[in-house]
Amino acid sequence: MLRNTTTRYGWAAIVLHWLIGLIFIGQFVLGWAMVRIASQRTSFELIQLHKSFGFLLLGLVLIRIGWRLGNASPGLPEEVGAMERRAAPSVHLALYAAQLVVPLSGWALVSVSVLEIPSMPFNLFVMPNLPLGVSEQAENFWIFSHKWLAYAAIALVVLHILAAFRHHFWLRDVVLVRMISPFVANRAGKPE
Amino acid sequence: MSLRVLGVTSFLALGLIGGTASAVALSEAAGRYAISANGSSIRFVIGKAGGGGLNGAFGRFSGSISIDGGDIGRSKVDITIYPDSVGTGQGRVDAFLKSDAVFDAANSRQITFRSTSVQRTGDNSAVVTGQLTARGRTSTEKFQAELHGLKNGQLRFHVSGKVLRSRYGMDVGTPIYSNIVDFEMNFAARRA
Ligand code: HEM
Repeated sequence: MLRNTTTRYGWAAIVLHWLIGLIFIGQFVLGWAMVRIASQRTSFELIQLHKSFGFLLLGLVLIRIGWRLGNASPGLPEEVGAMERRAAPSVHLALYAAQLVVPLSGWALVSVSVLEIPSMPFNLFVMPNLPLGVSEQAENFWIFSHKWLAYAAIALVVLHILAAFRHHFWLRDVVLVRMISPFVANRAGKPE
Repeated sequence: MSLRVLGVTSFLALGLIGGTASAVALSEAAGRYAISANGSSIRFVIGKAGGGGLNGAFGRFSGSISIDGGDIGRSKVDITIYPDSVGTGQGRVDAFLKSDAVFDAANSRQITFRSTSVQRTGDNSAVVTGQLTARGRTSTEKFQAELHGLKNGQLRFHVSGKVLRSRYGMDVGTPIYSNIVDFEMNFAARRA
């Protein structure tokens, strides 16, 4: 039940999917709010929290990608059309790329920042900076990149959620529920 | 700062106690002095997790020292710092320090030190104890002062001490930035 099969997701993939999804969307909301808040103190503290969850997310994403590469993955139901059959893997690949590149660009931006504020995930340990040159220009470049990569990633997430709803409410197939529990997938009558 | 001033006072006192020559110096030193901007500086360092520190200085401050010729312990030091003049070499950090995250310079324009006692610790050194008030909170602080000279009615002294910023509601950023603020001050004071 931990591992995937060719017809259903196992618990590891399911838990990682929802945990990462929750943190990613939470990070987007937090990131958006923390740079617009008036209180400099709250803003500073929220940015440190954003960095902490960002590093946590990066760690989870690396585990997730490792798990994905070392596991089978369930195919799409037969009814799924040719266009979606081609689109889905590209969107999923782009989502994986976003999960890596958005936190990495955040890490890059704090690494090159002239403010040189150390990163201390959840106040537990000092996370070293990426070996990049500190400068005002580099900082502006990475802030810009991080911001727009995050916006693009959220657009992908929205597309992904809409596709999942389409499967569930329109096509009425097992695609959404099999990401909720391995048992639901089986109950839906799909062979193990 | 106050502590440093007290230290100066203590130096003077020590000189008086030291002997005939000192006694002459003491009677010479007795009186009121005003700290002059020229030749005076108030610098601080706050350690950062993982090494290094945040360096800053206050550009504007004023103060007076009254040396009691008869009883050095009754000498007084008064220092006022204007936090709006804080400088770190990085505009965004300065704005952060002046904001309500730290000094709240708009509503709390002054940081004051009023000595309550001066204790000699050596020929040219003293511990100055006093009340430090910042952001409406008052706490007792001690500074080590060392007299570096008395010439032509000008006193020169060096003052150092550690202050816990949490006592003044300025603990933002701990533990990434140390709670301990290390002060290094040099004062030149002229007979008022
Ligand atoms: C799931 C991962 C992440 C997401 C979805 C995300 C999203 C965002 C968003 C939406 C913003 C606001 C952009 C704006 O509207 O101006 C932002 C800003 C920021 N992010 Fe992230 N972020 C992530 C990971 C990270 C990581 C790992 C770090 C650093 C270790 C980081 C550091 C920052 C910083 C410092 C800012 C403020 C930039 C500024 O000064 O304007 N982020 N992030």
